[in-house]
Amino acid sequence: MEKPKVLVGLASCGIAAGAQNVYDKLWEIKKADQVDIEIKKTGCIGMCYREPLVEVIDNTGSYLYGEVDEQRAVEIMNKHLANEEPIKDYVVKSDLFETGDDSFWSGQVKVALRNCGVIDPENIREYEERDGYQALRKLVKDQTNQEDVIQTIYDSGLRGRGGGGFPTGLKWRFTYKNPAEKKYIICNADEGDPGAFMDRSLLEGDPHGVIEGLIIGAYATGATEGVIYCRAEYPLAIKRLNIALNQARERGYLGRDILGLQGFDFDLYVKEGAGAFVCGEETALMASVEGRRGMPNKRPPYPAEKGLWQQPTNINNVETYANVPQIILNGAEFFNQYGTEKSQGTKVFALTGKINHGGSVEVPMGITIKDIIYKLGGGIKEDKDFKAVQLGGPSGGCIPSYLSDTTIDYDSVTATGAIMGSGGMVVMDETTCMVDVAKFFLDFTRKESCGKCTFCRVGTKRMLEILDRITKGEGEEGDIGKLEELAYQIKDSSLCGLGQTAPNPVLTTIKYFRDEYEAHIHEKKCPAKSCKQLLTYTIDPDKCTGCTVCAKNCPVDAISGERKEVHTIDQDVCIKCGVCYTKCNFDAVILS
Amino acid sequence: MRVQRVPQKRNQVDQEKVDLSLLDPLIEKYKHKKGNLIPLLQGTQDMYGYLPYEAFIKLSEETGIPLNEMYGVATFYTQFRLNPVGKHIIKVCHGTACHVQDAETITDAIQDALKVEDGETTEDGLFTLESVACLGCCSLAPVMMIGDNTYGKLTGKRAVKIVKELKISESN
Repeated sequence: MEKPKVLVGLASCGIAAGAQNVYDKLWEIKKADQVDIEIKKTGCIGMCYREPLVEVIDNTGSYLYGEVDEQRAVEIMNKHLANEEPIKDYVVKSDLFETGDDSFWSGQVKVALRNCGVIDPENIREYEERDGYQALRKLVKDQTNQEDVIQTIYDSGLRGRGGGGFPTGLKWRFTYKNPAEKKYIICNADEGDPGAFMDRSLLEGDPHGVIEGLIIGAYATGATEGVIYCRAEYPLAIKRLNIALNQARERGYLGRDILGLQGFDFDLYVKEGAGAFVCGEETALMASVEGRRGMPNKRPPYPAEKGLWQQPTNINNVETYANVPQIILNGAEFFNQYGTEKSQGTKVFALTGKINHGGSVEVPMGITIKDIIYKLGGGIKEDKDFKAVQLGGPSGGCIPSYLSDTTIDYDSVTATGAIMGSGGMVVMDETTCMVDVAKFFLDFTRKESCGKCTFCRVGTKRMLEILDRITKGEGEEGDIGKLEELAYQIKDSSLCGLGQTAPNPVLTTIKYFRDEYEAHIHEKKCPAKSCKQLLTYTIDPDKCTGCTVCAKNCPVDAISGERKEVHTIDQDVCIKCGVCYTKCNFDAVILS
Repeated sequence: MRVQRVPQKRNQVDQEKVDLSLLDPLIEKYKHKKGNLIPLLQGTQDMYGYLPYEAFIKLSEETGIPLNEMYGVATFYTQFRLNPVGKHIIKVCHGTACHVQDAETITDAIQDALKVEDGETTEDGLFTLESVACLGCCSLAPVMMIGDNTYGKLTGKRAVKIVKELKISESN
């Protein structure tokens, strides 16, 4: 009989939720009580809303425990592992019985994420045991023609998962066709979209999967040197990548004459970003690798002609590479059995915001937004009304609830005015103000604009000023028209993707939530009751008991009234902080 | 835009002498490598917590990279700091998920408690408060990070409590 295995989800978000303490506790008990079990680290299991997660696999089956604190860790050790009595109340997923959380997994298909939360990312053997590096071995053994590799990727329908959606096979072919002697391959792991963490999950949970994808890419394109450009905000991903790279070198997957194939030389290193969103753009990224300011350049020449150090370069996103080994190993048909005619395969999303089941999910293309939010996501927090979903971060847009039958594929999403993006999916409810959301993203792109193009540099600032006025109740007639005019000029006159897409959040919110903009401008009201400066707090004389709690807590002494008598708020003094509203025990403070 | 047109104020603490010999092994390692500027600056900042004025001069003299190029790169990337920072950097996440779940309250509460504005350092040199774009722990929003520790599902009160506890442990 095999020893029971205990897996602890130790990705960044798990650690933030306290998984490290749980891991340490489990070890402590194992050592103290001499329990004969195996305790291992693993990456992101995906069910972030139940973190910290601990999975127990014994000879009866698997049990995934959710919200495991140190107390629960002790119980699991004492009951389940010492006495073989699983604690069903804490189980959120099992292969033996149903749980209330099963809907989260319904409809998910794991291709890129297949090893995340299953293997120990710091142990190459575990990756190898799950067909790891078999795709590469197959290519080397058969000495597969480079064009055939590229054709397989092309036939699979894999398109750029960073959001661009360019066919990967085609991109590889451009670099392959270039006769230059020195070529580079780059993995773009500068995941800058706020609200997105797919690449982090992949790099922390299955670094070898991405590395194998890169080595195959190097085989196909003829690149001899590779760079993984990872943002510095992901220290754990960088650490695990470096561990994985060293292991891969030791095992002969990197270096000279890889796996014994004469002349197949390739090595790879991690380059830490220094905090600039624009470096997600490929020409800016290469400038940054070269040690310069990350400012985009005009294309053409495309990277496949003149890229890093003026040599042909192939750049793909983390998730794109993560799909490659599976496609090579199982064939193009394995991948394109999923998805729609033009968008094939699966896509990883980071599902967050006002949703019950937030986490990282991988779904086949063609699934509807509604299914993701209500089936996988378990609906909106606190049963509030679903208002919109934001796709594609600062370059994307908001899709309103009445379009939730939209399917997830490149063309349908683009038709709404949003973009597929890298996979950030932020859900918003009735309390989210759409003007404020537009302002939030524009503030982000304004700060992150590199300043090269005037329209992006100055235009985003002007747009932000208008939005700022609107949310403060100083909106004027004609503001919406001005915003639209500026938006189209910025889109037309910016060099790179950052500027060309920066106005999208504003344009989509105007398109679908024009009434909210108008309410702010004409009636000076925020329908979502979110813009502080447009709110008024008053006291309901019928409910006020004169308990004085509000007056005591008011930071600016705007509330007056005798004890046991109705209080009033002086609107001229009130700073709209909302303290009285949260402190009142009798719901007597009215927010309007 | 990514460039501060206003000249950066030089902090008082800067006047303290920095030990420049610490830079020697770093310069040795990267001196003749292409694309070395960013790793050089990152290494320098790892050592001092910021990029001291004197270090710029030394790096430039010994590697031959012009000062203006160094300054250009250092001001372009948000990672680099030209002023010393507190012992603990409090990074409050203002990514999308945190924003819609009221990250503003967290920053406000810490500002009130520590009597600093965003980006400033407390007088005792213990804390620097920063707003950051996204820490990638969206499902735990709102989130902040102090050192290597991430704290999730915050309220203003909890955030202040965490900071105060840290302050107490520092004074012991």
